[in-house]
Amino acid sequence: MSLIEVKNLKKSYEADGAGTPALQGVNFTVGTGEFVAVMGPSGSGKSTLLHILGFLDRQSTGKYFFEGRAIDEYSDDELALVRNKKMGFVFQTFNLLPRMTALENVELPLVYAGIPERTRRKMAEAAIADVGLAHRLHYESTKLSGGEKQRVAIARALVNDPAVIFADEPTGNLDSESGRQIMEIIRNLNQTHGHTVILITHETYTANYAERVIKLLDGEIVSDEKVAERTTGVSFKK
Amino acid sequence: MNFRDTFQTSVRGLKTHKSRSFLTILGIVIGITAIIMVMSLGAGAESLILGQIQSIGSKTIAVIPGREPKGPTDFISTFTDSLKQRDLDALSNKANVPHLAKLMPVLFGGETAYYGSETYRPNVFGVTDLFAEIYNIYPSEGRLFGAEEIKSYADVAIIGSEVKKELFGEWENALGKRIKIKGRNFQVIGILGKTGQFSFLNFDQGVIVPYTTAGQYIFGIKYFHRLVVEADSEVNVPVTVEDIKITLRNSHNITDPEKDDFFVQTQADAIKTVGTITTALTAFLTAMAAISLLVGGVGIMNIMLVSVTERTREIGLRKALGATESDILRQFLFEAVILTGIGGVIGIILGFLLSFGVSLVLSRAVLSGWEFSFSIPAAILGLTVSAFIGFVFGIYPAREAGKKDPIEALRYE
Repeated sequence: MSLIEVKNLKKSYEADGAGTPALQGVNFTVGTGEFVAVMGPSGSGKSTLLHILGFLDRQSTGKYFFEGRAIDEYSDDELALVRNKKMGFVFQTFNLLPRMTALENVELPLVYAGIPERTRRKMAEAAIADVGLAHRLHYESTKLSGGEKQRVAIARALVNDPAVIFADEPTGNLDSESGRQIMEIIRNLNQTHGHTVILITHETYTANYAERVIKLLDGEIVSDEKVAERTTGVSFKK
Repeated sequence: MNFRDTFQTSVRGLKTHKSRSFLTILGIVIGITAIIMVMSLGAGAESLILGQIQSIGSKTIAVIPGREPKGPTDFISTFTDSLKQRDLDALSNKANVPHLAKLMPVLFGGETAYYGSETYRPNVFGVTDLFAEIYNIYPSEGRLFGAEEIKSYADVAIIGSEVKKELFGEWENALGKRIKIKGRNFQVIGILGKTGQFSFLNFDQGVIVPYTTAGQYIFGIKYFHRLVVEADSEVNVPVTVEDIKITLRNSHNITDPEKDDFFVQTQADAIKTVGTITTALTAFLTAMAAISLLVGGVGIMNIMLVSVTERTREIGLRKALGATESDILRQFLFEAVILTGIGGVIGIILGFLLSFGVSLVLSRAVLSGWEFSFSIPAAILGLTVSAFIGFVFGIYPAREAGKKDPIEALRYE
């Protein structure tokens, strides 16, 4: 059983009566432990795909099976539960809550999971240590640098030990050095910890961290290939 | 998400927007302050008036001429001349009213008093010397008049503190001086201390003379405006009331109680009347204050809706991290309730302080008998009402927040 399986997935946004299809019949599967990059220019439908895969949106037609169960069978509350327990999100704009410390931001998914305060504090501390920010635990999120913010966001994404981590242009707002560090962390999550990672990007050098690259154009898959052999030193330039 | 976490999340949300939160609750603060003040001052006024009525003594019974008024505007019926000397005599008879301890006729009216070039318009009371015991008010200088002076239609007067000040000034000695009322010279034999009382019988502005003199020479009438009776004990008040009625009906040849040309009022009746009036007044003013609470509630709803829109992104993120619709709903509902609850507490404290201040001013400057009263039920009511308003006006914005689509919310800039 694949972790993720989509069959003829279509999505169109009804705006002013004129339906603009964002996805026009997409098929692929992702197995547990894979590191997949979804590439494409803006408007290619990659963000729409990520939102559907991440249970943040529903498709118009077609099927999406997560762990073998179709998304249509889930109620809104069940979707929330799956997002909470099995998914982690990393956004381009970090989306940390202001006026909360790094630790409190990372604790947030655990709060919604109903985990007692003492336990969740320990889990959050561990997750922050994993991304190398143990010395920033009690910094207010707005006082962190961009790279640090994204690392906190990654800690927040992995604190629940999710089945899959969705990263939506995680390096888009970062300088190249911070971006490289973030990608190293994400790759490490996949290689060392075995997290499934689905990365959305429009940059080839970011996509090169993945094992497999799906290219989207105008809502259709134009290529889906394994990265043949990983070059040891990925060049990372902006 | 448990209660405590929801609470903490909401408190944090409010802290993030401190000044707005404060301005939002201003309406609630003002409303609750007004309610607390009205209720506190209302209770103060009631206890003051009741205190005065009770200080007259719960054994006191008033016999008033005319039919009992059927409503607040039905006062004409009391202006009759049905109470006369023969009634006084009949009631004095121990056989008729065995538990009667004191009996005093009362005449009253406004008249002009002159002293030298000074004039003043006091209330003239024609009574007996029993008034001092009945109303517990004695001359601070001079003396009361006696039975002889009553019998002999003596031109003697006891004047109230205000009358003394207006006619004689602060420093001049009034005792022994003569003041002129209705062309007759009354010798001042006593001066009342400042009673400071706010009552239907204002002795500060009163001139007290023997009832005989008042009837004959001042008012020129042969009847009484009122008979004041004191029973020998509180327990005997009801039986005394009945005895008075029977005696007066006999004296007036009335067989049908429906045709009574007098009525009897006890202190208990008076207390009940005052209680009804002040309660109605307080309820009315409280209702007025409640309108401001309603306005405050609408303000809360308005700001909460703005807040929900502004925090669309936060809502989206929380949902992405696993918050359910009801988690978000509760977060915002709690914010509203906490907000109005805080407004309620501030309002209660402010209302307490303000009504304490007003009471202080009132008791110092105007009404010496005024006592500060603060009702705990009013405080509890205020807090409950404010939290309830938060709930009522918070539920709509909170539902809007909960219903937000996570993806729409995340996209929102």
